[in-house]
Amino acid sequence: MFPSHLMQSEILPWLILFLPLFAAAGITLFTLKHRNVSALLSIGAVVIGFILTIVFIVNNGWTPTPSELTTNWLSIGGLNIDFGLKLDRLSEMMMLIVTGVGGAIHIYSFGYMHADRGMSRYFACLSLFTFSMLGVVLANNFIELFIFWELVGVSSYLLIGFWFEKPSAADAAKKAFFTNRLGDFGFMLGILVVWATLGSLNFSALQKNLAANPAALGTIASIAGLLIFCGAMGKSAQFPLHVWLPDAMEGPTPVSALIHAATMVAAGVYMLCRVLFLLDATALEVIAYIGGFTALLSAVIAIQQNDIKRILAYSTLSQLGYMVMAVGLAGPTPAMFHLTTHAFFKALLFLAAGSVIHALHEEQDIWKMGGLRDKMGITFWTFLIGTLALSGVPPFSGFYSKDSILGQALDQKNYLLFAVGVGVAGLTTFYMFRLFYVAFVGKPRTETARHAHESPAVMTWPLMVLALFSIIGGVIGASGIFDAQFSGEVSSPSLIQRIFEPLHSPVAMFSGLIVVAAGWFAARTFYLNAGTDPLPAKLGGLATAMKNRFYFDEIYEATFIRAHDFIAAVMDVIDRWFVEGFCIGFVRGGTDLAGRALRLMQTGNLQTYALLFVLGVAALLYFVLLK
Amino acid sequence: MNVGLEQYLVVSFLLFALGLLGVVVRRNLLVIYMSLELMLNAANLALVAFSWFNNKLDGQVLVFFIITVAAAEVAVGLALIVALYRKRQSAHVEDLTTMKL
Repeated sequence: MFPSHLMQSEILPWLILFLPLFAAAGITLFTLKHRNVSALLSIGAVVIGFILTIVFIVNNGWTPTPSELTTNWLSIGGLNIDFGLKLDRLSEMMMLIVTGVGGAIHIYSFGYMHADRGMSRYFACLSLFTFSMLGVVLANNFIELFIFWELVGVSSYLLIGFWFEKPSAADAAKKAFFTNRLGDFGFMLGILVVWATLGSLNFSALQKNLAANPAALGTIASIAGLLIFCGAMGKSAQFPLHVWLPDAMEGPTPVSALIHAATMVAAGVYMLCRVLFLLDATALEVIAYIGGFTALLSAVIAIQQNDIKRILAYSTLSQLGYMVMAVGLAGPTPAMFHLTTHAFFKALLFLAAGSVIHALHEEQDIWKMGGLRDKMGITFWTFLIGTLALSGVPPFSGFYSKDSILGQALDQKNYLLFAVGVGVAGLTTFYMFRLFYVAFVGKPRTETARHAHESPAVMTWPLMVLALFSIIGGVIGASGIFDAQFSGEVSSPSLIQRIFEPLHSPVAMFSGLIVVAAGWFAARTFYLNAGTDPLPAKLGGLATAMKNRFYFDEIYEATFIRAHDFIAAVMDVIDRWFVEGFCIGFVRGGTDLAGRALRLMQTGNLQTYALLFVLGVAALLYFVLLK
Repeated sequence: MNVGLEQYLVVSFLLFALGLLGVVVRRNLLVIYMSLELMLNAANLALVAFSWFNNKLDGQVLVFFIITVAAAEVAVGLALIVALYRKRQSAHVEDLTTMKL
């Protein structure tokens, strides 16, 4: 297909990165009126990107030389900023996920968004997002990472607010953007601290500096690490910045699948793994506990949600908490492994949910569904596979990655977080099977559910592909690749070894399996053929609190937003009365007065002018000659 | 009485001041015009006086130029006044305030 010199050359990564940008630009500039052409451009860009990524990896291996392609982008004084692509196992795996899972979602979107007037705009935003995400993944220095990081934020904003006529969508978009900015503020500070103390922004240079002089960061090592973690906290929606992700479900469902499940929210975890060498023990500990707390909190909230997408959103939060916890437990391999499998099965779950929503005419309340099993065969089976994978049932992919995180917690002898992880696994199984039993099994509760029908092939095929990877994703060797990246040991276990890998830490495996069984059993008892939710009666006030997301939005509203409004009001008064009234008013009034006075001299009478002229000359002569 | 440079200059100044007064206070454009000529000739007188007392001809040469240019200027100026009079039926300065905003 390509001449061999081109395959190995440096052009492929650049092409993979910029193809989606070209697609976005092309759609925006030329093909907004031609919906199908736009879709084709966008899908083509990402699918070709996927193929080229595979071609590149096949030809150059997992560790290509050179491992970085850089061009100097700008240099100001001592600050040199490169625009570079980092090519190692980590970034190549992420490229595969972004273009692969992204490709499936792009194709699915073609079916899902077909009736929407703004389909061209949708695909332009989607391509812009893919470009930004690939940039985050490939960036080889902090500034480049930060730029793409913000671009990801912007495209996420555009896509959450895609149906901007709905006030709730517009608000959700703003909320997501602001919350992210809050985290990014810390991130920026962290970058500046790193640059000020280590004098470099390039990842490999930083790593080399730190390896040569581990105390280079000195006393602010933990602070620098935590500031950088702030960025991840925003993007990966960790407590206390987790509030934006559930609201982001206002966007189209494929967007939720791509951005708010598979890729963008994973960027925080990816970034932490990329700069793991900057995080010291204290920072890691904080990160681990924040991750664990987020996982637990969102799993508990998810139990009492009734919107199918919100349940999945809280489940995403919970799983992201898992990954962050794994990073904090000094386990980037389990974190990235879980990120990979999660990308498959969470994208699958969201797309299947989208298929349901599509079939039920935008109905998202699970208590208005039911009995979808017979009407939507493919959606039903793929959703079941996703549920099993997310719950961590062997041999589905989630089992392997979740088990590796639990194993990591045990290895680090952090029994509290191990218990949290196990508990969350049980809760996850419980709320996922609650969703499954209520929405898919039993009898249809409404007329729309009774008349649901399967989605078109363009939507079901991506489901089936993702389902396949949700099943086998745990044993295709992703774990080994990340292990080679982070520990430097290249091992190639056989398939059998990979399948029985969890047996290495039987405590983690069996406790995981027991809670999964317990969670499934509880969900089956409560929700199989249930007409209403039996939990509120049993739990009372706790259930109400769970349903209301523990009032985080209300608390933030009452504290931070109130305080912010107050400061804004004070600033408004200062601006209005001092800056505008006094400072600007004084200058303006003075000029006005002078103008009015001088206007009196403009009489239009020649002789007045002549007289003034003579007086002027006389004054001039007086000053020049007599003074 | 010995007539020196100072006397010439005083006369020149008086002529200039008279002309200026005429320009500033008179209403009729033609009179203003004549006053202007008076000012020019005051300057000419000063130049000739300087030329005489410094034994140099430069001043007189300049005076010739001024007289020629003034002649041309009178031609143009008078034409303008006539044109203005035809248009406005008036040659008074207080009627010519269209420059006022």
